[in-house]
Parts: sequence; structure tokens; C-alpha cells
Amino acid sequence: MIPPSRPTMWNTLTISDLAARLGRREVSAREALQACLDRIDQVDGRLHAFLSLDRADALAQADEADARRARGESADQPLLGIPIALKDILAVRGQPLGCASKILHGFISPYDATVVEKLKAAGAVVFGRVNMDEFAMGSSTENSAFGRTGNPWDLDRIPGGSSGGSAAAVAADECLAALGSDTGGSIRQPAALCGCVGLKPTYGLVSRYGLVAFASSLDQIGPFTRSVRDAALVLHAISGHDPRDSTSLPEPAIDCAAAIHGDLRGIKLGLPREYRIEGIDPEVKSAVDAAVRQLESLGAEILEVSLPHTQYAVATYYIIATAEASANLARYDGVRYGLRIDGDDPIEMYARTRGAGFGPEVKRRIILGTYVLSSGYYDAYYLRAQKVRTLIRQDFLRAFEQVDALVTPTTPTAAFRAGEKVDNPLQMYLCDIFTIPCNLAGICGLSLPCGFTREPRLPIGLQILGPPMGERTLFKVAHAYEQATSWHRQKPPIQ
Amino acid sequence: MAAADLDIQYVAHLARLDLTPDEEARFSAQLGRILDYIAQLRELSVDGIEPTAHAVPLVNVTRPDEVRPSMPTRAALRNAPAQANDLFLVPKIVE
Repeated sequence: MIPPSRPTMWNTLTISDLAARLGRREVSAREALQACLDRIDQVDGRLHAFLSLDRADALAQADEADARRARGESADQPLLGIPIALKDILAVRGQPLGCASKILHGFISPYDATVVEKLKAAGAVVFGRVNMDEFAMGSSTENSAFGRTGNPWDLDRIPGGSSGGSAAAVAADECLAALGSDTGGSIRQPAALCGCVGLKPTYGLVSRYGLVAFASSLDQIGPFTRSVRDAALVLHAISGHDPRDSTSLPEPAIDCAAAIHGDLRGIKLGLPREYRIEGIDPEVKSAVDAAVRQLESLGAEILEVSLPHTQYAVATYYIIATAEASANLARYDGVRYGLRIDGDDPIEMYARTRGAGFGPEVKRRIILGTYVLSSGYYDAYYLRAQKVRTLIRQDFLRAFEQVDALVTPTTPTAAFRAGEKVDNPLQMYLCDIFTIPCNLAGICGLSLPCGFTREPRLPIGLQILGPPMGERTLFKVAHAYEQATSWHRQKPPIQ
Repeated sequence: MAAADLDIQYVAHLARLDLTPDEEARFSAQLGRILDYIAQLRELSVDGIEPTAHAVPLVNVTRPDEVRPSMPTRAALRNAPAQANDLFLVPKIVE
């Protein structure tokens, strides 16, 4: 491995590399964190990935990590001293939690999310609140109430969303990894557009306790990292059964390290023919085609498969996700926390508070979700969408009888310009056409870099989809591809 | 174009959500286009298909019925917009 040219470069390493150097005492956790903080000071004024940052708390955690290592307590702490940033949708005791919304103004979390407890138990320095679309509703991070985040490859473009801050922070070397949440692509899409690795685990593999609910049957927490191996490390730390989430699978934490080796002989990969749509950018198509040839040369057998109900996924999603959101967001009423706008009676107070506190996209989705659940429309919209969801899930389960994993583009295009789609919500929704079906089916999906557009130079993402609990296959395929290519080592131009 | 049968004022009332006249007009037009798009689901025959509420359904998830400490009142009230006597304060409900 090439040593960093100067000490302030610790922030640019992968977790695996930094962990090894921390273990050899080449660097302290405090120095590693300080390198991240210096990088944030250098670029975040323009990038705006971070909404807030408690430096004293982060430095105290880093010092504690160094003290633990000095006492010889580093065993069973694979992330000891690794700085990991959090999307502003995850609860950290004593820290602000805002979902990038005005309605949660001043809210301080009374407890830790399970993933935060687990990261801390694994020794990580859990720091910062990174930007997102308000309540995770969006594909560009432009729906944040606190300003948009730039794409580190071109600040005039969007980083994707809803976890755009997580992706931008990892791609710009402001942290070693970040957590985000994925309801319809909110991890994989920004990972693709910023050029990092993003994983949406199988539904139920990672506890949602302490994740602010958007659409409970679709939401999953997952990592953003700069390598496939790092994503497996973070998944190992945060996964496993949690009695505090009744949708948590009765499975232990998943360790995929052993799966990360070797070529792809004996692996069957499917190309869904329905994902070959018009509107896919030619450069994205050629990058994904080249990736498929690379996977084949690594030994994988490539087959065409069919997911016949693909074209209905976006419509199904925008009924189910908004219906669930309209119920989940009923809690923001000005009574127990957050913003309150007074009224003469409780109903007036609720309506005023919500009218003042929510941004336009959240309001649109609450209206749509309330409508599709309302008397007279429930069967035509919500119940029908739930049935189509069954068909979409069956498509995937049938495909996985023929192949081990599916390979698709993560997004139809590279990052678009800020402002380009803000007035056209439907066009914005269609950005997620390749990522949404995975959430409806509850399966796992990962995006990793597979090339760049020429002018401007923007990352392109390759999506690998696996069956429920198929993370080992995802990591094996993704790692083999990553080792055979150099896309993941490219750094964005932001200085 | 507004959604044919989406009465936005009625739905906003159901959602306890104040909208400005400008928002009502804008959202009606945008939601109309979204509902037109969603209408393609009517093409599909879903007779005899079971609905999926959860992709990975777990049923009868229980835990031992043991008394455990809960969040202290002070912590629960910490974020309250208005409080008194260890209670949340709200506008008068009953005359």
C-alpha cells in the first residue's frame, strides 16, 4: 500500500486500510478524525454535506477509541476509531435529529438508534448530521429545508437523494463511511451519482429502531463506503436481530468477509430485459454493457431474464410509499415535539403547524397518500398497488430460481443539474425506476462505480440485486468486479 | 390539468394540513399528472392475487411480558413545545 503523502490524508483511506494503520499505531483515532474535520473545513462550505457537527463529542469519542486501544481493548472492535457520519434521520442520544425538516426544529434525540449503539459498540466514531431530502422524500437532496448538497464531481449538479449528504461526504473524503436509508433507492442512487459503494440490505436485516419512519414496509438502513469490503464490514457491525423492531429478521449479524474472494466461476447473473428502456443515457448503457462483459470474463455466466411487471413499479411505489408516509407523518402535529404554531383548538394547531413545518414535496406526498387511503379510493389505489406489489415480488423470486443475482444500471442517467427537475415531481420519481422494485420486493441491492461519462466527467453506477439474505453473493460479485477495475479509486475534483 | 376527483381542500383537511391557495393550485396540477401515470395499474388483472403489505412478513412477533424501565418523564418532555406539571400542554379540547 502507498503511504499517504501527508498526515492530513488519513481521511482518504478505506476503512480496511485505516483500521490496519490504526492497529499498527501509525496513526491515532484522533489524528484520523482531525483529518476528516480538516477536510470538512476545506470543502464543506461549498459542498454542504453536513447540516451540523459536534466536534467536541466526536473528538471525545476518538480519544476514547485511542484509550481503549492503549488498554488493549481493540479485540471485537473492528471499527475502533473509524469516523462514520450519519444521515439526519438516525437518532443519536443528546444530538439533534431533524430529517432536514423545519418541523423537527430543535429536536434532541432521547435515545440511540440500534445501528448507532452497534457502531459505537464496534468502536466507531459516530459523528455529524448529513444532509438529505426532507423526511427522505426525494432523489436529489434539493428537498432539504436547509439548502441543497453539491455533487463532489460537479457542484452545480445534484448528489442524488435522499441520502445525498451521506454519498457526497464519503465521495469527498469527509468521513470514512456514512449511514443512509433506502426506501426506493435513497442509498443506491446517490452512491451511483457520487461514485461510491451503497448497500440496501434485505428488508429486516438491519434494525429500524431509531430510524425516523418514512414508509415502514420499505425503509432499510445501509452503508456508504469507498470499497465493497468496507460495506461488508459496516453491514457486519450494524445487522442482526433486534427485539425493539418487530420487523427485524431473527438472524444474527451477517459476516460477508469470507464470501469476498475469488473469481465468479459458477455464478449465474441475470440481465432483466425490461430494464433496457428508452431514456437510458447511451454512456450509462455502454458502461454497464462493458461491466457485464467484465463480469463474464471473470467467470460469471450471463443469462437474460424477465421481470415482466417492472413497468408498474414506480406507480405501485408512489401509492404504497405515500400511503405509509401519510400515516407515519401524522405524528408531527405540534403536541409532543418540534415546531408548534398555535391555534384556537387542537385541529387548527395541527393544520397550521404542519402547513408551516413541512416542505412542498412532503406535503404533496401526504396529500397523495391520504387520498389513496381515503374512503372510496382505497380499493382502487392502495389495495390494487399491494396486489401489484405481490406480482413484482414474484417476478424477482422466479428470476432468482434461474440466477444468483441480477445486474442493471443503478440509474438511467448520471447526475443532473440542480433545479432541472424541481418543478416536475413525476420526472423526479422516474429517476428511481431501477432502484424502486428492490424495495417493493424486500430483496437486497448494491451499487458500485462502473465508469464515467466523458464530458462532464460524472460517475456511473452498476446495480447488483440479490435474493432475500443474498448479501454474500452481492459482495462476492461486486468485489470481484471492483478488484478487476479502477473506478473506485478515482477521486472527485473538489479541493 | 387538475386530478378529476381529487378534492384537494377535502384531502388536506383529512391530513390536517394547511395549504396556501398557490399550493392548492400547484399540487392539484402536479398530482393530476401523477395520478394519470398511476392509472396504468388499471391495465393489470389482479384477480385472485393476494395483497402484499410487507415483503418479508413475520407474524405473531412477541417478547416476554416483563416489566422494564421506560423513558423517564423528563426525557419524554424534553422536546415538548409547551409543558406544565409533567404534562404536554395543548389548546383546550372540550368547552
